[in-house]
Amino acid sequence: MAQKVIAGISVDVNDEGYMTDRTQWTKDIAREIAREEGIELTEKHYSVIEFLREKQAKGETLTIRSVGTSGFIDIKGFYQLFPGAPMKKAAKISGIPKPASCV
Amino acid sequence: MIKEEFPLKKVCLICAKGTIEDVYATLVMGNGAVMEGIETKIFFTFFGLDAITKKQMNSLHTGTVGNPAMRMPGGLPFPSILGMLPGVEAGVSAMMKSQMGALDIPPVKEFLEMIEAGGGEIYACKLAMDMFKLKKEDLWEGVKDVLTVGDFYEKCGGLQTQIIFT
Repeated sequence: MAQKVIAGISVDVNDEGYMTDRTQWTKDIAREIAREEGIELTEKHYSVIEFLREKQAKGETLTIRSVGTSGFIDIKGFYQLFPGAPMKKAAKISGIPKPASCV
Repeated sequence: MIKEEFPLKKVCLICAKGTIEDVYATLVMGNGAVMEGIETKIFFTFFGLDAITKKQMNSLHTGTVGNPAMRMPGGLPFPSILGMLPGVEAGVSAMMKSQMGALDIPPVKEFLEMIEAGGGEIYACKLAMDMFKLKKEDLWEGVKDVLTVGDFYEKCGGLQTQIIFT
């Protein structure tokens, strides 16, 4: 298991940079991973992050559609918050595994 | 030795058939590309036009005749003759849709809206529109343009681009 120091804390990550222990996640870590991805986190980002972490904790499959119906944000807004590959980026910043879903 | 990688930058999809599985193959691949941050353009032609025609888009069917991969819910073979009975095609299609819904795969219109929300572009084929006597106003509002084949190829240029015919 690889280790990476993020925001002064040593955390477990896989070879793609996704955190493998969700309990190590903090908001500071999220902010630093986001910066690496070129994103400055706002409250809106955090509400999406919390939503994703909650869903993942319940063992639910994460899909872009579920983000769109979360009530926090529509899909267009999601693409704007996490430009490029929103699900992957948001998952990485949220300290959860890369979503294993095709939708 | 460093292995050079050339990630996909653009994906152009062509959908020429109008069954549930053909249209969804295109939509899943298109949406998947958008979600990866890949520039995505989808061209609907021939029976594929049903997927972007207001009247048809949410009532697509799966063909129940002549499909050897079709099985009964328990896995037993599905005789073609059964597929010919009235109502069977509708029943099978409803079942396909409910199973996709359970996996959070949206109905056609919503799926297209998701692709559009991520910046994907949807086009219709001019020749097929003429053939089927369709007008632009018969199409879903999100269709960006009606194109000739040449127009579409022009949009498919560039390095690290793939054209995929589903």
